[in-house]
Amino acid sequence: MSGNWSLYIIILTVVNILGCFWIIRWTAKKKTAEEAKQGDTTGHTWDGDLQEFNNPLPRWWLWLFYITIVFAGIYLALYPGLGDYAGKWEWDQESQYKQEMAAADKKYGPLYAAYAEKPIEQLAKDKKAMASGQRLFLNYCATCHGSDAGGAIGFPNLSDKDWLYGGSGDQIKTSILDGRVGAMPALGAGLTPERLDAITAYVLKLSGREADAKQVEVGKAVYSELACFACHGQDGKGNATNGFPNLTDNVWLYGGSPGQIKETLQKGRMGNMPAHREFLGEQKAHLLAAYVYSLSN
Amino acid sequence: MQAETYNYKVVRQFSVMTIVWGVVGILVGVIIAAQLVWPALNFDLPWLHFGRLRPLHTNAVIFAFGGSALFATSYYIVQRTCQVRLFASGLASFTFWGWNLVIVLAAVTLPLGLTSGKEYAELEWPIDILIAVVWVSYAIVFFGTIVKRRVKHIYVANWFFGAFILTVAVLHIVNSAALPVSLTKSYSAYAGTTDAMVQWWYGHNAVGFFLTAGFLGMMYYFIPKQANRPVYSYRLSVVHFWTLISLYMWAGPHHLHYTALPDWAQSLGMVFSLMLLAPSWGGMINGIMTLSGAWHKLRTDPILKFMVVSLSFYGMSTFEGPMMSIKTVNALSHYTDWTIGHVHSGALGWVGFITMGSMYFLIPKLFGKKEMYSLKLIDLHLWVATIGIVLYIVSMWIAGVMQGLMWQELEADGTLANSFVQSLERMYPYYTVRLLGGVLYLVGMLIMVYNVWKTIAGPSTEPVEQQVQPA
Repeated sequence: MSGNWSLYIIILTVVNILGCFWIIRWTAKKKTAEEAKQGDTTGHTWDGDLQEFNNPLPRWWLWLFYITIVFAGIYLALYPGLGDYAGKWEWDQESQYKQEMAAADKKYGPLYAAYAEKPIEQLAKDKKAMASGQRLFLNYCATCHGSDAGGAIGFPNLSDKDWLYGGSGDQIKTSILDGRVGAMPALGAGLTPERLDAITAYVLKLSGREADAKQVEVGKAVYSELACFACHGQDGKGNATNGFPNLTDNVWLYGGSPGQIKETLQKGRMGNMPAHREFLGEQKAHLLAAYVYSLSN
Repeated sequence: MQAETYNYKVVRQFSVMTIVWGVVGILVGVIIAAQLVWPALNFDLPWLHFGRLRPLHTNAVIFAFGGSALFATSYYIVQRTCQVRLFASGLASFTFWGWNLVIVLAAVTLPLGLTSGKEYAELEWPIDILIAVVWVSYAIVFFGTIVKRRVKHIYVANWFFGAFILTVAVLHIVNSAALPVSLTKSYSAYAGTTDAMVQWWYGHNAVGFFLTAGFLGMMYYFIPKQANRPVYSYRLSVVHFWTLISLYMWAGPHHLHYTALPDWAQSLGMVFSLMLLAPSWGGMINGIMTLSGAWHKLRTDPILKFMVVSLSFYGMSTFEGPMMSIKTVNALSHYTDWTIGHVHSGALGWVGFITMGSMYFLIPKLFGKKEMYSLKLIDLHLWVATIGIVLYIVSMWIAGVMQGLMWQELEADGTLANSFVQSLERMYPYYTVRLLGGVLYLVGMLIMVYNVWKTIAGPSTEPVEQQVQPA
């Protein structure tokens, strides 16, 4: 912060605290013989009978006030608070965080380093490691994927055998470390309602469900015309390494009802698995990958 | 020439609406407390979702119930202690209809999901503008009355009402600054951490000025009146007034401990919150000690009991607040239900009880009755509601501390021992007790409705003392 702002904060803070101190002293000392007599009112009357005594400030209350003011002074001398002044102890929350993390790394690091030595598929069979992995999963992954990893609309099920980006240990680990972005473009602008119905029928048919034959015929043409095959393939089977969904397996990330399929076609979808490399590090991602792998293997 | 009279019409209107909105706000609170026990109670309807009803609850209890009570009592007190009729009666009437329009608009837009997303300031920009207009009118009526007062000195209750009205105007206008993109959508004028800081500068001062200073104004009139004793100490009121209003301004950052907010701001938030302990207790002492020499009245006067219990809760929550602002304590308490319990010991105990006590005092006087229909029912209300509050805050203490400990617990491998859902599962018994506490508080309110109804509907035995007192 620039020097002027720092000075501004310091002045406001100090003036306010000293102001409080001054007004306590002023009211506590004011003892003209006439006023200080306990039980005397100030002599003003409002609304017929409202009056005020002018009893002295309770001593214990005064001390309470002084103690908090003294505490504030000491705290602001030791800790950051007065503008730019870092405080005598030069404490800051970022350093505290780093210190605590370093201490934790030192204490727990060797355990995760040992886990990281093992191949993921093998680590997935280690019961103790999987107990740790589950706790990591519950705290970092369950918010989207669910406590049982069963997923939800828009959040993949991790407990089945269906994988968008591959289900090998290393592929899962890459998904965790670097994240994934799955974008289905919105096609609504280029589709009349009839053509939308047709292509929906075709997609239903691809996944082995009943659909009007005539509409399926038209839908197949629309599928080619819009170049859906570029991602999902001519046969609709997608591309597992690039995250292009298989449309023939009747597993749906955004729901498989005709209405949900239409919405996907019209408005597109944007799936985002965030990257955890910075946050969790290689070793914990390794353990998590093993846990996720263990759910379906 | 006809003798000048006080304007009681607007006071009556706001008093009745205080009771009505109190029932509504507390009922919505009970519904969302029940949803936390049985989530299916939102019936999968978006406008009954917890996320939409919760701001409806907070807005209804703070601004509809609390706001109406503040309007009613400040209009009553400022006239009677200035010994002059309320300034600009037409404008006062506008504040009543305008404020209630705001409340109705809130009750419509919040369940529809129209929100600016700022806590305790969720209403969208057109309603914000209406609030600003009503509030400025309120200020004109209030300060206009002060200006034309017939007594030389300004009574202490009016200092607090004045500070509350001025500060809330500034808070509301600064925090609500936004760029509209449509009639029902706007974006905050501030970004990122600055937005968070402005929000909590507003949020904590809403506690400090709306829910504290305003209600201290109530306390300073109705306690000495009901106890028929002078206020304990003028000089205590001077020192606690100035220190309270100046220190509160800084306390907001304690809502943002250990966040992206710079360290210096967090530290200032903490030390100023700690220094707030004594000024807050100053108000409590001045209220309770006003009863010295009249303690026996507490045995027989349920209205006075309401007021004294409210001050006890005020003292308790203003001790708890500074403790929770200490960073080490906050590291445990932040984001837990302890905070919810803390807020409710202030809201149900302090704000609710001082309002109820004041209304029990006010309503017979406004409607020309000797006293409330039933003093026994006031006593019953007091007990039912007090048990409700105790159940509420004790269950939230246990729940909050348990959450804080569970979230920090580590296994031997350094992983967190509990997931969020596991901590949530453990909350069921406490959420159930909290619901029970809320239901009791609502029952108390319904007892009040019955009592007020019978009082107003009963025969008028006394003339309404509306003649302006000569100075």
